[in-house]
Amino acid sequence: MGDYNQIEILLVEDNPHDAEMALRALKKNNLSNKVLVVTDGEEALDFIFARGKFSGRDKDFNHLPKMILLDLKLPKVNGIEVLKEIKSNPETQVIPVIVLTSSQEDKDIVESYKLGVNSYIVKPVDFDKFVEAVRHLGFYWLLLNKQPQL
Amino acid sequence: MNYNEIEILIVEDNPNDAEMALRALKKNNLTNKVLIVGDGEEALDFVFAKGKFSGREQTHRPKIILLDLKLPKIDGLEVLEAIKSNPKTQAIPVIILTSSKEEKDMVESYRLGVNSYIVKPVDFDKFVDAVRDLGLYWLLLNQQP
Repeated sequence: MGDYNQIEILLVEDNPHDAEMALRALKKNNLSNKVLVVTDGEEALDFIFARGKFSGRDKDFNHLPKMILLDLKLPKVNGIEVLKEIKSNPETQVIPVIVLTSSQEDKDIVESYKLGVNSYIVKPVDFDKFVEAVRHLGFYWLLLNKQPQL
Repeated sequence: MNYNEIEILIVEDNPNDAEMALRALKKNNLTNKVLIVGDGEEALDFVFAKGKFSGREQTHRPKIILLDLKLPKIDGLEVLEAIKSNPKTQAIPVIILTSSKEEKDMVESYRLGVNSYIVKPVDFDKFVDAVRDLGLYWLLLNQQP
């Protein structure tokens, strides 16, 4: 495993096929170098709050990921719960969380905004459109959006 | 102007900066439904369909609000807080577009639920690029209820 302090993109996705597709899309756009994929909500929270197997990670402002791509349907702890934990904690609420899901259900969208999601994106089914979406996402959150740095 | 069709609300008191944002949107063919308001009170009047905007359907939400921080009457952070603490308006993406790189402004904006925080590029061409990227991202990719 690489240096967890260098992670810029945290991808939370339990479906290996979807994770692979996102990684390929990031790679195509030269954004794949600092990505960590975790497959359930518990592991995501362990990373974010530097617990469990990630307990050696620094969690100061300088080592926050630049974006979290979060699926909603996840094992152990679901995406909505993960979002809630991140956005209700002063140390982590500055991390941009982008829900990337196949759900177009209004209640998921409304609930995500209520909990403070930064952006909600419905996964395009078509691979080329998905690559395009991931490129826009990556450039937007990694280059244009600003986070506090200590 | 039909206020119900507004897709982009720009809250900016500096006429020069407002003009620059409009030009940048125009250069990217994103001008069709923009409203510029010059202070925080007018912004909240629009968002909550009050005052001169009282005829507006509040259920019709803009797709983005570009919000400056330093504003007359009601400042940007207070506008952000009012929007994000109200269930009827919290789903509107609010993007802070400011010249402030101050840590405390960023932290406070995220705390209040800002969707994105962008520091205005000083260079006009870079500013045009930034407005294009944010326009395309929020108008085309991001999903609202």
